[in-house]
Amino acid sequence: MRYVDEYRGGEDAGRLLGAIRRTVTKPWVIMEICGGQTHTLIKAGIDRMLPEEITLVHGPGCPVCVTPMRLIDQAIAIARRPEVIFTSFGDMLRVPGSNADLLKVKSEGGDVRIVYSPLDAVKIAHANPGRQVVFFAVGFETTAPANAMAVWRAERAGVENFSVLCSHVLVPPAMEAILGSPDHRVQGFLAAGHVCTVMGYWQYEPIADRHRIPVIVTGFEPLDLIQGTYMAIAALEEGRHGVENQYSRSVTREGNTAAQQLMTEVFETADREWRGIGVIPGSGYRLRESFTAFDASLRFDVADIEATESEECIAGLIMQGIERPSACPAFGTRCTPEKPLGAPMVSSEGACAAYYQYGRS
Amino acid sequence: MRGLLPIRAQLMANDTDPDLSGGMACPIPISDYPTVQLAHGGGGRLSQMLIEEMFVAAFDNPVLAQLHDGAILDIGANRLALSTDSYVVHPLFFPGGDIGSLAVHGTVNDVAMCGARPIALSAGFIIEEGLPMEDLWRIVRSMSDAAHGAGVAVVTGDTKVVDRGKGDGIYINTTGIGVIGDDVEISPHRARPGDVVLLSGAIAVHGITIMSVREGLEFETRLETDSAALHTLTAALLERRGRDVHVLRDPTRGGVASTLNEIAAQAGVGIRLDEEPIPIDEEVRGACEILGFDPLYVANEGKCIAIVAREAADELLQTMRGHPLGARAAIVGEVVEEHPGKVFLRSRIGGLRVVDMLSGEQLPRIC
Amino acid sequence: MCLGVPGQVVEVSTDVLGMSMGRVSFGGVVKEVCLAYTSDVQVGEYVIVHVGFAISKIDEEEAGKVFELLRQMGELEELDVPQPEA
Repeated sequence: MRYVDEYRGGEDAGRLLGAIRRTVTKPWVIMEICGGQTHTLIKAGIDRMLPEEITLVHGPGCPVCVTPMRLIDQAIAIARRPEVIFTSFGDMLRVPGSNADLLKVKSEGGDVRIVYSPLDAVKIAHANPGRQVVFFAVGFETTAPANAMAVWRAERAGVENFSVLCSHVLVPPAMEAILGSPDHRVQGFLAAGHVCTVMGYWQYEPIADRHRIPVIVTGFEPLDLIQGTYMAIAALEEGRHGVENQYSRSVTREGNTAAQQLMTEVFETADREWRGIGVIPGSGYRLRESFTAFDASLRFDVADIEATESEECIAGLIMQGIERPSACPAFGTRCTPEKPLGAPMVSSEGACAAYYQYGRS
Repeated sequence: MRGLLPIRAQLMANDTDPDLSGGMACPIPISDYPTVQLAHGGGGRLSQMLIEEMFVAAFDNPVLAQLHDGAILDIGANRLALSTDSYVVHPLFFPGGDIGSLAVHGTVNDVAMCGARPIALSAGFIIEEGLPMEDLWRIVRSMSDAAHGAGVAVVTGDTKVVDRGKGDGIYINTTGIGVIGDDVEISPHRARPGDVVLLSGAIAVHGITIMSVREGLEFETRLETDSAALHTLTAALLERRGRDVHVLRDPTRGGVASTLNEIAAQAGVGIRLDEEPIPIDEEVRGACEILGFDPLYVANEGKCIAIVAREAADELLQTMRGHPLGARAAIVGEVVEEHPGKVFLRSRIGGLRVVDMLSGEQLPRIC
Repeated sequence: MCLGVPGQVVEVSTDVLGMSMGRVSFGGVVKEVCLAYTSDVQVGEYVIVHVGFAISKIDEEEAGKVFELLRQMGELEELDVPQPEA
């Protein structure tokens, strides 16, 4: 596959790793923001190939992991209603709510369906006019244009039996929150290439300046991640800060303006709770007033459902890069993919699942 | 299934009254799983738990304890292989095959993986009221063609019809028997350090073909299932160097990764895989990328893993490649003393990682 | 987050609401993809697809830059193939 295979070559990776080894002189802590990046790093074994001076910590960029339990419980309450077809990305089905997950609802007879695209959910609504079709609209900035389009199209085409349970989160406020924490130890960021594809990277420039930190916009293939790490180490060793773009084949400074335009038409910025971390001001999207007719939490009156997290789960610390999954006393014992305490153990992008599945201890 | 009923009754009794004493306690902690989950049948960790902690515990006997694809029975001077499998695939018809051909190939292969020559099959049909007779006829003809092609006879059967809504069109169970040659000794326990892992062809084709026609995830592809009877391939290996073939397995549900994990655990050895030589089609890779699947965990229906003595590996590789179903065979790994019970993979860029047993079903990863 | 997969546009069309749609090939597997956010894309070009939406057109020139860097490194320094721990 073009634009995939060439970024997975062993010889090129070796050459870049050699460059990293020659450049690094002291310990550095770098956070990759995105769970997809964590997945590649561990799946390709890159974390074991980097010099020991470099510590990679895993960021909060897993939409499945940061969706608050309250919202999972709301989703479950909606999905259990007989008139509802509940549609979702596959990742969300195993995330534990207070007492169940969506797979359990499905096994109990609930009509829970996996879709590839939010537009597929609109199609299902169109084809089932007698049922209520709800889409679980989670995601970061990357997914927001797709979810915005689903709502916009449903409105245009008059698909009234469609609605979304919305939990959108945004990266820059989360980065600020991490850097604002007194315990944080992050010295450089690998920013999420697909978020920046949509949003551009100009938003990161003030963050990099204010905290005097390098932010490298990085892609998702093994070679991208090794090069991103190299760029971060080079900047740190030279005492430079600022935003650099490793993923320039997809990312520009201003991002995808057509996508941003529709997002702004459908969504507005709001405070948002992050599972395990808490409320971060201005860190999410909600539907604008003109689209609240499509808000599933209002339509099914579940907005009041509250939930409490497991006290033992340290997911919040892990997603802020303060602890690693293996430091959790429950890791691999009381918390496994079969019986998770927190979401990072079940999402395929969750740091705990990646550690568990690919054997880090 | 008749044999399972007492245990089921016990499970239900325990479910309503956890303090109920006397009789056999349910070995699967009910607090964890009060009901059976889909993943209990998915071929991964939960399946393994159900099989080992409930079925093997209940039916406890030395033949079953081998945990092979089939049972190996000594009857007089003969050794017979006996294996059974139930087919619940949805949709019933898919590119390159259907539930009927799959039901023949799957069981023929399970018998073949015992090192046996398959002789006869039984067929049990559980049919949902309302299944179009035309569909049933198509399935039965396809079974008949597959059986003829494999040179086995369907010698006995059973038919049940269940109420509309209580079955997915049709479920088929087949049981096969076969005869094992004199100098053949196939068992997962025979995998030993130094052995070489052979794989007969490109992985993940069947699972991805089925996904391509699943409602909600459809994509266009020329892929067809790899479903095929593998007994002539295994026979060729056994004929060439029977004593040097230690383990044979067809990596169906749970894929190559789960099968190798089972072997590593049963033999108490480590397995080291190499990503680079593992054959995989471009289209399968493309589909795995968009679904976020790891092809190592995707089902195959016409592929065979052979663990063989190192000194015989090249010769057996050539034998595989000389067979129409093994043209793309490759050496993909080795058995090692280190990390017993675990499978490691060297990635294309040279990194090392654990390939764990799949936990639950693989779900399309989109975010 | 955000699985994004590069694929080649094999067909461009417009749907009933006037939205730009297309068919994109991923190693031969073809899916219907919304092209509304990359409306200038032509058949034959590559896009990054996330949940059924093209979110960018791949810049071919930029895509080659890492290999240019590697080539320069190769000329300047000896090949240094890592020995990962066992």
